[in-house]
Amino acid sequence: MDLTMFMQQMVNGFSLGSMYALIAIGYTMVYGVLRLINFAHGDIMMVGGFLGYFGIAILGLPFGAAVLLAIVGSAILGMASDFIAYRPLRSAPKISLLITAIGVSFFLENAFNVFFGGVPRAFPVPAYLEEIVDIMGLTMPVSAIIVPIITAFLLAAILWVLFKTKYGMAIRALAFDVGTVNLMGIDANRIITLVFGMGSALAAVGGIFWAVNYPSVEPMMGVLVGLKAFAAAVVGGIGSVGGAVLGGLIIGFTEVVVIAFFPELGGYKDAFAFIFLILILLFKPTGILGIDFEKSRF
Amino acid sequence: MNSLILKKELLIKLTIVALTLWFIWFSNTHFDEYTVRILNNIAIFVILAVSYNLINGVTGQFSLEPNGFVAIEAYVTALLLVSPESKQYQYAIVDPYPFILTLHANFVVALLLGGIFSAILAACLSFPVFRVRGDYLAIVTLGFGFIIKILAINVPEATNGSLGLNDIPEFSNLYWTGGIAMIAVIVVLNIINSKFGRAMKAVRDDEDAAIAMGVNTFKAKTLAFCTSAFFEGVGGGLLAALLTSISPDLFDFFFTFQLLIIIVLGGLGSTTGAIIGTVLVMGGSEWMRFLDEPIHLFGYNAPAMPGMRMVVFSLGLILIMLFAREGIMGKRELTDFFKPRKKGDK
Repeated sequence: MDLTMFMQQMVNGFSLGSMYALIAIGYTMVYGVLRLINFAHGDIMMVGGFLGYFGIAILGLPFGAAVLLAIVGSAILGMASDFIAYRPLRSAPKISLLITAIGVSFFLENAFNVFFGGVPRAFPVPAYLEEIVDIMGLTMPVSAIIVPIITAFLLAAILWVLFKTKYGMAIRALAFDVGTVNLMGIDANRIITLVFGMGSALAAVGGIFWAVNYPSVEPMMGVLVGLKAFAAAVVGGIGSVGGAVLGGLIIGFTEVVVIAFFPELGGYKDAFAFIFLILILLFKPTGILGIDFEKSRF
Repeated sequence: MNSLILKKELLIKLTIVALTLWFIWFSNTHFDEYTVRILNNIAIFVILAVSYNLINGVTGQFSLEPNGFVAIEAYVTALLLVSPESKQYQYAIVDPYPFILTLHANFVVALLLGGIFSAILAACLSFPVFRVRGDYLAIVTLGFGFIIKILAINVPEATNGSLGLNDIPEFSNLYWTGGIAMIAVIVVLNIINSKFGRAMKAVRDDEDAAIAMGVNTFKAKTLAFCTSAFFEGVGGGLLAALLTSISPDLFDFFFTFQLLIIIVLGGLGSTTGAIIGTVLVMGGSEWMRFLDEPIHLFGYNAPAMPGMRMVVFSLGLILIMLFAREGIMGKRELTDFFKPRKKGDK
């Protein structure tokens, strides 16, 4: 194993990890304010991928515009799912919310399956993203460089919203104590819907990156990715945006490195995230960057 | 409670058991093959739903692993039942471990072994799993079910990989499935009404308060988990012997999802509800097959839409949660309707 190959795998791992991170942020934010594992989040990512596909393949939009369509569409879908399925259950036991989330997840999967078929569709990746570039002896497609850059940019944007704007302050306050937030005259429901919108928008970007990397979209593509991203969020410390990014990178790196260096373990690659998850929960139940749940978040 | 009421309750219970036995005999001799097959399915899902309900509904531990346990026992039963000659012929990807070929047992032993195997696994699992609560428990158990499926694909020396096992002798018939379903219901009901059952309900209602009152919540949860795993396992074995062929795809998360709909529809925590839910969902999903076929309605012809059933199902689950959170039975049991009202009850 020479250094070039090693670096190559690092780049791949970084790229994959960035995608997990993008999706994990949505999980962590929703969990932070609502204490809900949004099982449908992975499927919203799938919808994002499909919207990007429709934008390019059917509407003939340029790639950037298709991404924008996916972001807006997914954000609306995320907010709608909150409005229809989760908002009526705010005061219900948490188990009801969780079951509803599973219901929404299965609804999205099956609806897409029925209307668009279960066969994977080739994703029309724009040529300039597939171009192979050579940087210091490492060959990689442009997309492998762009994905982490955009992830970093989006992360910065999310952190800016969370820590520098009034909405961000409201979100952090909500994560801290719902009852008091309502007393302060903040409409908690609106803020929660906003969080769903933000998370879903990030998931859409993740979905499109996914579709670019494995150039196809299909209705079930969000299931496994979503679960792994959730595992990543927990590993990093759920409720912490930085933790979600860290967890995503860890899971992504592990997967790539294990497949590269122990090909015989390739069949188990999907299980690593869960093995990590179980180990983390055993030794540090709040995750790597997780802080005490009852005290502070984000 | 005075002895008259006790006698009345016993009478009701005996009547129900007798009616069930009569129904099993009647349907086995009078109904056609298709109906009997659906009834077999219902009986197996009654076993699964009632035991899943014990951990999810009665103990309130939201776990998502039944597909894992069902898969384990289905494989154990299948490996024990398939004859060595047939196995030699079936393994296509890699040669099986030598001991796999020597495995052979009769139906009862196979079922029991698998059930005990999953119960032991559940006992081992309960140590890591019950360190976490609530949502984390859901995701960890989900991960476990997923890992089992990955193992089933990736250890072809034992499981024949994604091809699965075929040619399993068809042992399941209504006497087996219905009989075991009845035993499962009786055992689960007896556990619920025992000291342990009260501890389980205490864990569900308020775990911290239960700990403060000196309830050994870990013991209660583990007992529920193991019992549930045992019967989920036995149900899996019956399923393998009914379907005569199994593969890893059978045991994905959808399996758990179906059970979840059943117990939520029936009312989380109610055994009667779990049975009613099974009949409605399994019967309904048979009936709703028309949704997958082309629909001809008032001159309007819709093309066949395979999978439409699942869309309707998931919508149904959401609607139940939104508008009828308690399900059909809530936490009540059938016998509750016969009980005399206590003073103060309205």
